Amino acid sequence: MKQYFTFFRIRFAASLQYRAAAWAGVATQFAWGSMLISLYAAFYRANPADFPMEFSALSSYIWLQQAFLALYSSWFFDRDTLDSITQGTIAYDLCRPVSLYWMWFWKDTATRIARAALRCMPILIFSAFLPAPYGLSLPADGVSFLLFLLTMILALWMANAFTLLIYILCFYTMSPMGLRTLSTTAIEFLSGALIPLPFLPDGFRQFCELLPFASMQNLPFRIYSGDLAGYEAVFFIFLQLFWILCFTLLEQLLLKRALKKVVVQGG
Amino acid sequence: MIAVKHVRKTFQVARRDAGFRAAVKTLLHKQYDTVEALKDISFTIDDGEMVGYIGPNGAGKSSTIKILSGILTPDSGECLVNEKTPWKERISHVAQIGVVFGQRSQLWWDVPVIDSFELIRDIYKTPEAVYRKNLDELTQMLQLSQILKTPTRQLSLGQRMRCEIAASLLHDPKVLFLDEPTIGLDAVSKIAVREFIKELNRKKGTTVILTTHDMQDIEALTSRILLIGKGQILLDGSLSQLKETYSDQKQLTVAYSGSAPALCPGMTVSSAQPGQLVLSVDPKVMSISKAISYLSEHAEITDLSVSGASTEEIVVQLYKEFRI
Repeated sequence: MKQYFTFFRIRFAASLQYRAAAWAGVATQFAWGSMLISLYAAFYRANPADFPMEFSALSSYIWLQQAFLALYSSWFFDRDTLDSITQGTIAYDLCRPVSLYWMWFWKDTATRIARAALRCMPILIFSAFLPAPYGLSLPADGVSFLLFLLTMILALWMANAFTLLIYILCFYTMSPMGLRTLSTTAIEFLSGALIPLPFLPDGFRQFCELLPFASMQNLPFRIYSGDLAGYEAVFFIFLQLFWILCFTLLEQLLLKRALKKVVVQGG
Repeated sequence: MIAVKHVRKTFQVARRDAGFRAAVKTLLHKQYDTVEALKDISFTIDDGEMVGYIGPNGAGKSSTIKILSGILTPDSGECLVNEKTPWKERISHVAQIGVVFGQRSQLWWDVPVIDSFELIRDIYKTPEAVYRKNLDELTQMLQLSQILKTPTRQLSLGQRMRCEIAASLLHDPKVLFLDEPTIGLDAVSKIAVREFIKELNRKKGTTVILTTHDMQDIEALTSRILLIGKGQILLDGSLSQLKETYSDQKQLTVAYSGSAPALCPGMTVSSAQPGQLVLSVDPKVMSISKAISYLSEHAEITDLSVSGASTEEIVVQLYKEFRI
């Protein structure tokens, strides 16, 4: 375990260096969040009865999403890892007495957390001071907040598991481009990053909620504002655990198979 | 102790003709050729041995090293390194070996070398005392004290290679695999690396397996040679044995003024320049003293030297003889 913490520590420290990028990110996310909220406010004024969420819950959803964008971003892939597979430096990684899977996992976790840590505070604080219902409100209650924290961690795990799947499939396809584009598009839409899932049409919404993508950011943000609570929340947490388990097992299997016929590219 | 028995490894290689039409055709029907990288490899290496593993490009040297270090899984065959099968018990196996790939880097590009070393220490869970001791030793033997604090990207190739080798030895491996460790190095760095490897083997009894195209490496380091070609072990023996078998030819380097001497049977030209000839003489056909007197009669000789065949030539001869 100590070995993986080393990967985490080094990657975390390295990712903290990009401060200018973080400030630019904060500005973008703040502008983007404001725009989204004005847009939804227009819809809400047109017909409040058809709005599937409380407006304040939606505002909290959007601000949390903007604050933790880096934590769940679908377009994050570690270039070093992808290059190691396509260029052959994986040879050295395989000479280390560590599991390739968990090494990747902790490296990516570190990068995601470091990036989010640099960006989240200004957005959270600023949005908390915006007038209701446009700002970030307090969590629905204590239990919701605890469940929110738990699902945040599990959602990060899930997002990471998906990234790892792309790495592993890269052993088979050799070019990450197609897979990346495909997975980014799917995640953006199906995880509720583009439009919160409650806004999707009935039937299709329930279907999407059962998919692994919904376990990424949709779940914690909806629990925070009380949009999901009680047995429903517990059900989705178990679903989240189920998907994490499925992905981890499937990936371990795929990786094992890939390593059996791995070819170190470039001699 | 390393024991390799009947190891076989094939690769699928995608092939297509040149041009656009062929590229489109490949979309529908991809063609693969099976390349037999290793056909049937068997050998054993005892603890503390230094073995040179030679063969032309594409003979299967690197594939063998990669199988022994747990990176590749062979199609069939057995292999035990310190009683472990590398690809089955990869994690516990690699904790006991060190690997240097001359063409790749294991050091982190942007951080000082010493940071990479500490990362490697943590990955291998090397106890602090052992790490300190090894680091001091390696720093002294490879003259690293000046460069440990420099980021890897600012090191010269020779400096980097010394650091790469040090990085592979911080955890006290029992076996060291060196895949072309002197590639691209200048004479001084080459000699430094060789001296170090010799010292390491003598002092710690580390088993060293070395692949190289540089015959001076082999000459300086190893007494035993494994020759591989077309995926098979063609020869397993000592360097001196090889020399006896293959180096009966003598080489005469003749500098002359005026016109070049005509040759007689038993002499063949290895290289010729205006004013200088390098001849191979087969002592079975013509003795060296006769050759010299023949040459001095037929040309105005200004300088002359006699030498045995170099390792380089022996290897070329070997490659020719085995048609690899």
